[in-house]
Amino acid sequence: MSSHAHAHMPTAAEATLDKGHVLRKLPVPLAVLGVAGIALAFVTAGDDHTQFWFSYLTAYMFWLSAGLGALFFVLIHHGTRAGWSALVRRVAENWMITLPLLFLLGLPIVLGGLESLYTPWVNPKPDDIMVVEKQAWLNPTSFLIAFLICGGLWTAFSLYLYRGSRKQDASGDPAIADRLRWWAPLGYVTFGLTITVAAVNFMMSLDPHWYSTIFGVYYFGGTFMFFMAILSLSMMGIQRAGLLKEHVTAEHYQDIGKLAFAFVVFWSYIAFSQFMLIWYANIPEETLWFAHRAEGGWEWVTLLLALLHFAVPFFFLMSRHIKRRKTTMALGAILLVVAHLIDMFWIIQPTMTQHVTGHSHFGLALSDLLAVVGIGGLVCAVFFWRLGAAPVVVLNEPRMDESVGFENY
Amino acid sequence: MAEKKVFGLLAEFDSAQSIYPACEAVRDEGFKHWDAHVPFPVHGLDRAMGLGPSKVPWIVLGMGLLGATLGFTLEWWTMVVEYPTPIAGKPFFSWPAFVPVTFELGVLFASLGAVFGMFGINRMPTFHHPLFSSERFGAFSDDKFFISIEARDPLFDERKTKKLLKKLGATHIEEVMEE
Repeated sequence: MSSHAHAHMPTAAEATLDKGHVLRKLPVPLAVLGVAGIALAFVTAGDDHTQFWFSYLTAYMFWLSAGLGALFFVLIHHGTRAGWSALVRRVAENWMITLPLLFLLGLPIVLGGLESLYTPWVNPKPDDIMVVEKQAWLNPTSFLIAFLICGGLWTAFSLYLYRGSRKQDASGDPAIADRLRWWAPLGYVTFGLTITVAAVNFMMSLDPHWYSTIFGVYYFGGTFMFFMAILSLSMMGIQRAGLLKEHVTAEHYQDIGKLAFAFVVFWSYIAFSQFMLIWYANIPEETLWFAHRAEGGWEWVTLLLALLHFAVPFFFLMSRHIKRRKTTMALGAILLVVAHLIDMFWIIQPTMTQHVTGHSHFGLALSDLLAVVGIGGLVCAVFFWRLGAAPVVVLNEPRMDESVGFENY
Repeated sequence: MAEKKVFGLLAEFDSAQSIYPACEAVRDEGFKHWDAHVPFPVHGLDRAMGLGPSKVPWIVLGMGLLGATLGFTLEWWTMVVEYPTPIAGKPFFSWPAFVPVTFELGVLFASLGAVFGMFGINRMPTFHHPLFSSERFGAFSDDKFFISIEARDPLFDERKTKKLLKKLGATHIEEVMEE
């Protein structure tokens, strides 16, 4: 409700980090941590580099969700002329603007990691007819072209939306909001196609015999859930730093929490549908994917995933009181971050031993952790760099009054 | 014929702005059996009236869990106990196949719980209510705002309560009889 007398628009001063603020000093150390993390992962992973690339891919798909989830959130905000999210849009944009970097971080996989990651289709056995037939799509050249198109579109959209938003800071011309809104529906289609290609190419093709037509949606469900979790955590961090203290309220956390909860359910629905149809039809090349996740210790990871990605957050995040209190919401958000990491790990890593022995054996390497820290360090460096470079809310956002003093009824 | 009892007092207000502080005052006096009647949702009125959080979510949760349990039990009982049939070589207790029914019954019971729980808490349907005997009360669905305080409230005292409502800016106060 915009008629609340006490609510006022955040000013530039209330929304900008002080020059010497500790959060503004983070980008350089984080970038150093990032490079060091990736380098150490490379060194510790062993000489044939297979483990390194699997660790790198897991961490990459995990952090890619931060950029892609943010892109989707910003597109939805513009396309639906959302009111409540006006206060958190800039922070989402700061995550979105990590996409150009994530494009660059994906290139090493495409240029150097294909042999190690995707042996079954990079060097297919001539009698493996199911892979040979798929080589029109699954070959290094089209893999590279597909990634250049996807990464190029992510970069273009994120830069366009970010620059439009910064122009709003300066001029407040309502035509900018209209222009951003005009692009949003095209953004949905682009997003839907590119995230599907990314999920299919990077993760589904690890086991090229296997296919699931809902796989892109599956990755999207986890992606958006993960982004809602880090969005709420970032808003809490920014409020701790003393910004937007009166503006972002329990109402906003409740709305972010609602979306997080909704996507816990959505992911679970998609994940179970995918599993049940394959289990029911019982076609060998389909069921093997799940069989490999029910052997060699992976059955425990599967169980953990079902618990942490569905059962626990489903009941924990259900109540509005949980979502409205910062401590409990933060707990829920951290749980979802962990769940998404387990999800990526569970999809990607069983194929590593499977490529060699035909079976999956659970294993955790130091490089798994180091790669998550490494890529995370670089992604967060960009996030904090942009956080310090501009106000943490969009100044002159035309729908800001709908977000300030907003209440859930 | 038995003597008619007083049901309570009905106070009329002209605007949402005037009924809001009036509700806060009645709440602060400590009345329990009273209500506000407005032609459109006045945001925040529930807080002004001191109403606690809705109980509907608990009904929905309970009914959802009940429905899911019933759905799973139904599948288990028919497929494992009562009429076990080999299907596609799968075990009788094939829980993944039971999940859709479990899920759907959970959703069905939860949504029925939401609708009828709301009905129950609002005591719907109530075909008649003493307040409708007031000539002026019909305006609650047009352009007037009302507060009714029931005589069964322990703090109710016809003279004093009338004075309180007058003080709070009621434009018209009337006594409503039990029927």
